[in-house]
Amino acid sequence: MAKIDLLSSEVRAEIDKWIAKYPAEKKRSAVVGALTAVQDAHGGSLTPALMEAVAEYLDLPPIAVLEVASFYTLYDLKPVGQHKIYLCTNVSCMLCGSDQIAEHLKERLGIGFGETTADGKFTLKEVECLAACAGAPMMQVDKTYHENLTRERVDDILAEFD
Amino acid sequence: MINIEIDGKKLSVEPGEMIIEVADKAGIAIPRFCYHKKLSIAANCRMCLVEVENAPKPLPACATPVGEGMKVYTQSEKTIEAQKSVMEFLLINHPLDCPICDQGGECELQDVAMGYGEGVSRFTEGKRTVKDKDIGPLIATELTRCIHCTRCVRFGEEVAGIQELGAVQRGEHMKIATYIEGSVDSELSGNVIDLCPVGALTSKPFRFSARAWEMQQRPTIAPHDGVGSHLYLHVMGNQVKRVVPREAEAINETWIADRDRYSYESLHHADRVTKPLVKQEGVWKETDWSQALEVVAKQLNIIAKNDGADQIGCLASPSATLEEHYLLQKWLRALGCQNIDHRLRKTDFRVKEQAPQSAALPCEFTDVEYYDRFLLIGSYLRKDIPMLNHRVRKAVMLGAEVSVLNPVDYDFNFDVAHALISDVRLLSTQLAGILKALSANAPLFSTLPDYLRQVSPDPAQQAVADSLKAGEKVMLFLGSLALHHPEAGLLKALAEGIAKETSGELAFLHEGANAVGARLAGAMPHVGAAGSALPTPGLDAAAMTHAPRKAYVLHQIEPEWDCAYSAQTLQALEQAEFVVALNTFQSDTMLDYADVILPAAAFTETSGTYVNLAGHWQSFEGAVVPQGEARPAWKILRVLANLHDVEGFDYTASTEVRDELKQQVEESAAQSHEVAGQTDTSSLKSYSASRDNTQQGLVRLTETPLYRTDAFVRRSPALQQTTDNQRTGVRVSRQVAEQYKLDPAHPVTLQQGDYSVSLPWQVDEALPGNHVWTAGVAGLGAPFGAIELTQGKVS
Amino acid sequence: MTAIPTNQVCFRTLGHDAPSSLATYESLGGYQVWRRILKEKTPPEEIVEVLKLSMLRGRGGAGFPTGLKWSFVPRTSPGQKYVVCNSDESEPGTFKDRDIMRYNPHQMIEGMAIAGYVMGATVGYNYMRGEFIEPFESCERALKDARESGLLGDNILGSGIDFDMHNHLGAGAYICGEETALLESLEGKKGMPRFKPPFPANYGLYGRPTNVNNTESYASVPIILEKGGQWFLDLGKPNNGGMKIFSVSGHVNKPGNYEVPLGTPFKDLLAMAGGVRDGNRLKAVIPGGSSVPVLPADIILKTDMDYDSLDKAGSMLGAGSVIVMDETTCMVKVLARIAHFYFEESCGQCTPCREGTGWLSRVIHRIEAGEGKLEYLDLLGDVSNKIMGRTICALGDAAAMPVISFIKHFREEFAYHIEHKKCLVENRS
Ligand SMILES: Cc1cc2nc3c(=O)[nH]c(=O)nc-3n(C[C@H](O)[C@H](O)[C@H](O)COP(=O)(O)O)c2cc1C
Ligand code: SF4
Ligand code: FES
Repeated sequence: MAKIDLLSSEVRAEIDKWIAKYPAEKKRSAVVGALTAVQDAHGGSLTPALMEAVAEYLDLPPIAVLEVASFYTLYDLKPVGQHKIYLCTNVSCMLCGSDQIAEHLKERLGIGFGETTADGKFTLKEVECLAACAGAPMMQVDKTYHENLTRERVDDILAEFD
Repeated sequence: MINIEIDGKKLSVEPGEMIIEVADKAGIAIPRFCYHKKLSIAANCRMCLVEVENAPKPLPACATPVGEGMKVYTQSEKTIEAQKSVMEFLLINHPLDCPICDQGGECELQDVAMGYGEGVSRFTEGKRTVKDKDIGPLIATELTRCIHCTRCVRFGEEVAGIQELGAVQRGEHMKIATYIEGSVDSELSGNVIDLCPVGALTSKPFRFSARAWEMQQRPTIAPHDGVGSHLYLHVMGNQVKRVVPREAEAINETWIADRDRYSYESLHHADRVTKPLVKQEGVWKETDWSQALEVVAKQLNIIAKNDGADQIGCLASPSATLEEHYLLQKWLRALGCQNIDHRLRKTDFRVKEQAPQSAALPCEFTDVEYYDRFLLIGSYLRKDIPMLNHRVRKAVMLGAEVSVLNPVDYDFNFDVAHALISDVRLLSTQLAGILKALSANAPLFSTLPDYLRQVSPDPAQQAVADSLKAGEKVMLFLGSLALHHPEAGLLKALAEGIAKETSGELAFLHEGANAVGARLAGAMPHVGAAGSALPTPGLDAAAMTHAPRKAYVLHQIEPEWDCAYSAQTLQALEQAEFVVALNTFQSDTMLDYADVILPAAAFTETSGTYVNLAGHWQSFEGAVVPQGEARPAWKILRVLANLHDVEGFDYTASTEVRDELKQQVEESAAQSHEVAGQTDTSSLKSYSASRDNTQQGLVRLTETPLYRTDAFVRRSPALQQTTDNQRTGVRVSRQVAEQYKLDPAHPVTLQQGDYSVSLPWQVDEALPGNHVWTAGVAGLGAPFGAIELTQGKVS
Repeated sequence: MTAIPTNQVCFRTLGHDAPSSLATYESLGGYQVWRRILKEKTPPEEIVEVLKLSMLRGRGGAGFPTGLKWSFVPRTSPGQKYVVCNSDESEPGTFKDRDIMRYNPHQMIEGMAIAGYVMGATVGYNYMRGEFIEPFESCERALKDARESGLLGDNILGSGIDFDMHNHLGAGAYICGEETALLESLEGKKGMPRFKPPFPANYGLYGRPTNVNNTESYASVPIILEKGGQWFLDLGKPNNGGMKIFSVSGHVNKPGNYEVPLGTPFKDLLAMAGGVRDGNRLKAVIPGGSSVPVLPADIILKTDMDYDSLDKAGSMLGAGSVIVMDETTCMVKVLARIAHFYFEESCGQCTPCREGTGWLSRVIHRIEAGEGKLEYLDLLGDVSNKIMGRTICALGDAAAMPVISFIKHFREEFAYHIEHKKCLVENRS
């Protein structure tokens, strides 16, 4: 089976939307958007087969896709939980107590940074500044920002996924 | 020109050049790792930082263009300080165990580090380690040593034209890798070994077998294709340990193909013949040279006397030297035998080649880069002649358009503008269509068989014609598939017709290292040395097979692999009364058909000359002493001629042989290139008779994969393990597989006339319908002939 | 303190209903300049002159005069040209472009359209960092509305002028804020900065002439052309035209974005941000994003917030990202975090940055962990100096400058940390 068959018609449509933004002979520009679309549609991470599928779809050498996928931090090349929690610990958040939030999250989830909960629900990541320092400390859960975190706010947010 | 100063030395230089280029030309050393004159500028290693007057910071010499009045200091305190800092950064994560590194003694990092000799490192953190990966049989990795210069990555993208290596991850974690566990498969891949400034990428077969300083470097010429790349052999004792490129801008620039780099491995193969062998009453005996040569001289004499010298046939490798070809024909012709040929895979001899051609290309290799339209006819140029393909690729990078006409949609490493993928039997129809599209009443049409005269161009042919027409400099290549095709003569005439209509030029991609030399030397049945006329022509390679002779002289060939009619040639040899093989290797097959085997020296052990496709006479010396009692073939031939009392065989050096031929060539009005329009068109109508107009049955499509071209590469273990070499065996189109209801679990039986073989098979989606593709398959008949396929259930 | 004027440039839609909508924007005079240009075919040179007069300096960090930058693009050369908006906004402490895109995307779009007209580019790309889903959606909505109103596209409003643009999302890499890395990323490659020259003005996106500006820079353009270069210049001070958004974060009571005139005294800005939290004493401020040199309280309290004043004070305005630290702050810990950031974000292509950022980060972390030695302080300075000015892009400098400035201004605190294996600051936060 060609790897390209792994891409559903929805994913292809999404990739095509990106392709349409760039000059016809510059399909490669769509690789970042394509990888995001594929990752979102496949449980939040990229497998070698999926990256090859993207390579086929965009006529790129697979290594060129791997270069990109391994360069940007929003791609996960290992399996992840259903939801990704990105906690900013950079200066402004640190000054406003991200350490305590980190502690709380680790305790509540029973995992460290870079790990996934046993039930496969959450993956916790430490990230760099997400440009929301006015609301420090802050975190991103999947695609949504949550600002002015306190232990209680964190509990409420996690509760939404129960 | 502008004026600059480097270290006080006044230089007049081209504007726009980089400081490092100017310094290199002036012999001023600036250290560098990422810069390479044949690759794009990355400026990432920062080793070449130099102080430039009035610049606030040290500047990278590799990426800083010279400007009028610029003053550069390569030895100043600021420069040295900057370079030392970079060196310190590079070494903090680099192992300092040069004595156990394969690159030790020839490492650019080590060389520069020695120059700076900083003592203890202030870096007390742990060093980065990187897990190694298996990237195939040719290249060994030790990625902990990588200094991230990215030369290897740029080579893939920019020269090999296929990105296989990349730099994955980022920052300190960045590392060189292939996709997941993929291998590096480019036919030029070994060049990254030379490019890697440290010991991160080294030669796998060579690995740890010698230290740089233990080896001597001897120049030679590559023996596998018509480029004749310049090589250095690295020799320890009497052994060739490895092969690297020798820079020759007009030939191979700074690169070589993997075939030329790794074929040395065959030199020590167990099949080497090290003593003359004679078969007596069915039993092989080792003997001495004088006895063996006596036997040969006597047996040939007997046959010549009793049956006529016409009963001797000689087949010689197109990769034998010019001297060998010349002596072979001079000797045999003196005996009265004209049956000599080196065009072993050719099947159509109806249109006679006009010889000699002092070149097969209309220009130098470098000029190829400046043609703007190409038509490749029956050629997988990329794998057949990698370094010539590289020139075409460069032309494409400059905007050239390439069209191809092939039976298989080959994977080129450049954009193909128009690909005509056609039934192999219809190549001439396709060319006729293109010609029609160019000129409906080209004079050639009146000479063509009806089935070509009547074609009307389809849109694809029209597109090719339009592309060629729009070009300013057009080149057509007749590739090995076209030259070996059963309608080769027609294809050539049509290509000439197209060349004429497009004011283009025609190039012939003959096989072997010395096809042009063989022609000049007269290793053909219908013309003598330097194109001299013959009283009566002899038999060509095919005819010597179809009309078996009583005796054969085989020179550096293995007929089952090297001749068009594999099985039939073996049969002819079996029935002969006497067969002598001058060969570097023996095989079981050879022990069957031969009566005497004379151990010929390998290409590294003899002197000689190859004339490449561009017409360069490239002579070389023996680099090592022949193994065992093997002898340079030119000397063997000299003695044989002496034993036959042939005049003019008093050569004391191979150069005398070459010079004798050279003089003849200069005296004859040798044309510089076989120009378009030479074909004698009177014979073209005769093609009607042989043409099967139905195209219904199955047809065989034969290829010689690049690591099966000659006895040397066939015995090179690393090359045999490459992915390229897995493209062998039997493949059928999807249509054939379905039509014949083939069971993938069982082999198929292929049959051509009396000959048949049973082999495993697979489907190849790239094949046109009713084609059966064979590569590296012996024991069958015509390479592009009708074939039958059956699958009896094997129990 | 006299009332400081605010929100007159990029934030002019703030305080209005549906600030990001086309209707709100147009009701405040939005797209009037674009319509006028389309109608009158204002000579591009004239537009560039107005920008030059305004002394709008690039808001992405380097502060290069925008009018001058626009004049570099070979406007009349044949072939495609591009305008690119740098909305990567990843410098720690910076969060202004996100708000421009959330609350006033049309002004950025209008600015880009004008840039396209001036430079003869018919296509624009707005490159946003991959996490900017909300701004992306806001910009997509704005683009759709602008297109539907005929303000973008082919032959806009019958003028014969074409311009369209697209929103692009990255995928997580600070380095993609560096303009040439951004272009590489936009081409579908790793975000590895290119060696310059050639500059993007001549060799940019897909090798074509390209103008790259920050979101805030583009968004400033329409109002400058509406109200005049002099008006903008007068908002700020000579050589430092206009208002600037300061993203104030850290130990203040009211962190947030404040669009105020360039030249506003730091202490006034601090006051607007509610002063130092808990009534604590100010210790230090990083005035332009984590890459610029830190300034101790006594210096910053005497400094005005504009390019030239901060330069004189020994730091930089950068992206206007003001990180405020009070007396409870451990400077070793802050530097360790900053050093870790640049180490994490180095693209890895050039030697001094790839190897040096890791070295710096590890040494500082060891000091923080109580494993330091006094000679480390000189080593840090030395390694920083060997990175500075020797890399392909300015990330090398960005990694080195904080180290040099922290050790310069807080050497004793570092020494204390080394000697006592703990922090000088009690109850540090
Ligand atoms: C490491 C690094 C990161 C940068 N990040 C950003 C960024 O996030 N946003 C931005 O506008 N400029 C950033 N810049 C500056 C850009 O390279 C460029 O100068 C700027 O986009 C030009 O726009 P301007 O002239 O409008 O400021 C960065 C520069 C460097 C060296
Ligand atoms: S300075 Fe750092 S980020 Fe910039 S190009 Fe060099 S390695 Fe990459
Ligand atoms: S040789 Fe110039 S930076 Fe590497």
